[in-house]
Amino acid sequence: MPIESINDFVVRFANVNGSGSASANELFARSVLRMGIPVAPRNIFPSNIQGLPTWYEVRISEANHLGARGGTDLMVAMNPQTWDKDVAGIEPGGYLLYDSTKPLPKSKFRDDITVIGVPLTAICNREYSDPRQRQLFKNIVYVGALSALLDMDVAEMEKLIAEQYAGKEKLFDANKHALHLGRDWVMMNLDHPIGLRLKRAAAVGDRIFIEGNSAAALGAVYSGATVCAWYPITPSSSLAEAFTRHCNRLRVDPQTKKNKFAIIQAEDELASIGIVIGAGWNGARAFTATSGPGISLMQEFLGLAYFAEIPAVIFDVQRAGPSTGMPTRTQQTDIISCAYASHGDTKHVLLFPEDPAEAFEFAAAAFDLADRLQTPIFVMLDLDIGMNHRLSRPLVWDDSRKYDRGKIMTATALEAGADFGRYLDVDGDGIPYRTLPGTHPSKGSFFTRGTSRDRYARYTEEGPAYADNMQRLLRKFETAKDMVPRPLQANSDKPTKYGVIYFGSTSPAMHEAIELLETGGHALDRLRVRAFPFHSSVTSFIGEQDFVFVVEQNRDAQLRSLIVNECNIEPVRLVPILHYDGTPITARFIARSIADRLDALKVTPLRKGKVVS
Amino acid sequence: MTYVVKPKFHHPELPKNELGFTHRDYEGAVSTLCAGCGHDSISSSIIEACFELSIAPHRVAKLSGIGCSSKTPTYFLGSSHGFNSVHGRMPSVLTGANLANRDLIYLGVSGDGDSASIGFGQFAHAIRRGVDMVYIVENNGVYGLTKGQFSATADPGSKSKRGVVNTDNAIDLIGIALQVGATFVARSFSGDKKQLTPLIKAALEHRGAAFIDVISPCVAFNNHAGSTKSFDYVREHNDAVNKLDFVTGRDAIKVDYAPGSVELVQQHDGSTIALRKLDADYDVHDRLAAMSFLQHHAAKGQIVTGLLYVAPEAEDLHGHLNTVETPLNALGEKELCPGSAVLDKFNASLR
Repeated sequence: MPIESINDFVVRFANVNGSGSASANELFARSVLRMGIPVAPRNIFPSNIQGLPTWYEVRISEANHLGARGGTDLMVAMNPQTWDKDVAGIEPGGYLLYDSTKPLPKSKFRDDITVIGVPLTAICNREYSDPRQRQLFKNIVYVGALSALLDMDVAEMEKLIAEQYAGKEKLFDANKHALHLGRDWVMMNLDHPIGLRLKRAAAVGDRIFIEGNSAAALGAVYSGATVCAWYPITPSSSLAEAFTRHCNRLRVDPQTKKNKFAIIQAEDELASIGIVIGAGWNGARAFTATSGPGISLMQEFLGLAYFAEIPAVIFDVQRAGPSTGMPTRTQQTDIISCAYASHGDTKHVLLFPEDPAEAFEFAAAAFDLADRLQTPIFVMLDLDIGMNHRLSRPLVWDDSRKYDRGKIMTATALEAGADFGRYLDVDGDGIPYRTLPGTHPSKGSFFTRGTSRDRYARYTEEGPAYADNMQRLLRKFETAKDMVPRPLQANSDKPTKYGVIYFGSTSPAMHEAIELLETGGHALDRLRVRAFPFHSSVTSFIGEQDFVFVVEQNRDAQLRSLIVNECNIEPVRLVPILHYDGTPITARFIARSIADRLDALKVTPLRKGKVVS
Repeated sequence: MTYVVKPKFHHPELPKNELGFTHRDYEGAVSTLCAGCGHDSISSSIIEACFELSIAPHRVAKLSGIGCSSKTPTYFLGSSHGFNSVHGRMPSVLTGANLANRDLIYLGVSGDGDSASIGFGQFAHAIRRGVDMVYIVENNGVYGLTKGQFSATADPGSKSKRGVVNTDNAIDLIGIALQVGATFVARSFSGDKKQLTPLIKAALEHRGAAFIDVISPCVAFNNHAGSTKSFDYVREHNDAVNKLDFVTGRDAIKVDYAPGSVELVQQHDGSTIALRKLDADYDVHDRLAAMSFLQHHAAKGQIVTGLLYVAPEAEDLHGHLNTVETPLNALGEKELCPGSAVLDKFNASLR
């Protein structure tokens, strides 16, 4: 039976990289949004510029399930290279839209799906003579075909095209025309709509459609970052590029036309973090954006910033490792390498935003935390949040908010005779005062170094002075626990002995998985960890449960290791649920993995005499 | 490891500069380098230059990497903030510091191990970007702190203290600096303070990437016969192309030299260098000729010193980036935060 569904299905576009499909596919997703129906699009793209397969998956869910679901209900198969795999990936009862210009043997199809042939190439060849136009408009033509097949609001689509080509009348007309070519052909030649339909809803609200990298970059603008040093690396480059764009729009002095920012594309990641540390030392808010390989390269500098206590913000948009790994696939895999970055005893503050809105908020918070704690702060994004458009609550800024520049000793305080020791813990929170270069003609200067020093920043190799400093750094880390975003807990309505811990981009899949699990009769208490060091509520949450599942997107259960290590939890009480094939984690995967384990716990005891191997 | 503390008192009639500071105000802690180390002479030239130019010591930020040379910022300008960063990475840290506050003077001190090996890339890129700084390499051709290994500036054929002959080619940092666009390039010798101090003064007055390669013999590991960085060798092969007679601040100057013998070089910020030519054929404004001249003389075993190149109309990184005049670290919420109304509009554009 063909699948029947209104406002709840997955459309997947199989394209060739560089064929101009991206904007057409995005037009489709935005059109659904304009009909008031939530969508979650995901780009699945190769580490390549032209020629390799790429997919665009649009999950449509009026129920607001925005995680990846897995499976495809409607495949738009535009890439012959991946045809077999694409056709095989369609759910039983699903639909296949293909270019029927050239006949294909019956063996190329399946009996249990609905095959919809539209002669896209023929339509385009008839209409256009320029080969480039034939190629580009083919994409719009299939979106037009979809509009009829799925019963979409074509007026909204035309409005979107008009917005996109505002002031470019010719382009608007050409795109609108192509849209109708596909739409009209379907209306004249095929049964429509099909079993999958879109019906205007009111489930989007005031939410915005934005990529996490862009939101994080805007957070950096709002919180006063002025120096950005970066080295291009997928999937973080678009963060630095978004910062550049935002700054050019928002940070150019209207009178002088001069820039209130400095952006350097450095020669490598080492120089990037070096520039950030130099700027942070000198009192500017500075950041870099990178991914796993960059974090590996920055290790030495990160140890310096930790030990010399210099504010720095690092956006790590994680991708699948190790080594070059899968550069265009998502993972949460740098948790350990960031938490303990560099040689010697080091610990760093990590923030785990779940979506663009939190990427914005945590980016802004990161600069306050870096100044307050005088240490590197990592904002742990990943490709799934960073490079995909997500439906997200609007970004909010409180105009009365002041930047927390931390403990900076001024010339006035020095003049008044304040006892300045760069590494002196005057307040008992482990955080010393610092002076900025050039503050006072004769007081408050000191030497910043990665070698050990005493409380007054004087070089020393005395054991007690070294240990004193290392202990203070631990105290400072303890102070951080109450400053970083707290975990968010949601308890099940039903009593349960089991809990689940998750973080970052796993959120939407987790929310849906909870519904699936509850439908299956399983109840779980939830804790979303939002930062490291862990707040005391992480330990108490685990203490309240028999077992806690820790869901993450890496092979080695890195967050679980960190919890075991930092909270002194018995490892058997934390059950890892691990997804690490580079695709975003799905609700189906989480629900199945957890249900399997919970069902196993319910199994009646083995009968006596049965051999257990 | 400063075990000796310098006494604070000084002679009441020590000469003072325009700001009322004495020479002592520009000193740092007592050096822990080997007695007779060339680096200490360079520190003393830096002190002299800053004193004579009446630079307020706290308006200088001194940055270094790792190695003997990188330890020296502790030994001069005790009222300046210093940053002893990681090996070979001073240029990036200095670049960041400079971006944060364009109003300070940035003095980068490095060595040949720091800048020609591990930090070769950062050395070239900081200069390439035109960071406004004085970048001094205290070049002794040897790793002193790890006891005498060859560095990348050691000449092929030179002999280590243990008798090993170097077979690798040498990196000429001057050649690289010229090639990647330094706008002030000089070479000097730690044993020639008369030449070095005016060069440092001129570099401090220069706006843009100023690079000085100072041959600075290592008395412990590279001052023997067979070394091409020993005091004796450098004295014998030193070929100065010019002599800086004086460097002024921004005040107008009067010259009473015979025309032809002295060239006045006006710098971007208004300071003036009076340059006495020693080699009639040498033109300090011709970068290509300078490169060829240096190569030519190096092939003959001569060490060319003096002011080798200066671009009077140099522009620095802040100019390239078109940053505001106010230091970035002095901007607050008012200047930097676009506010909630702008954010609301942004939200609206994403629906």
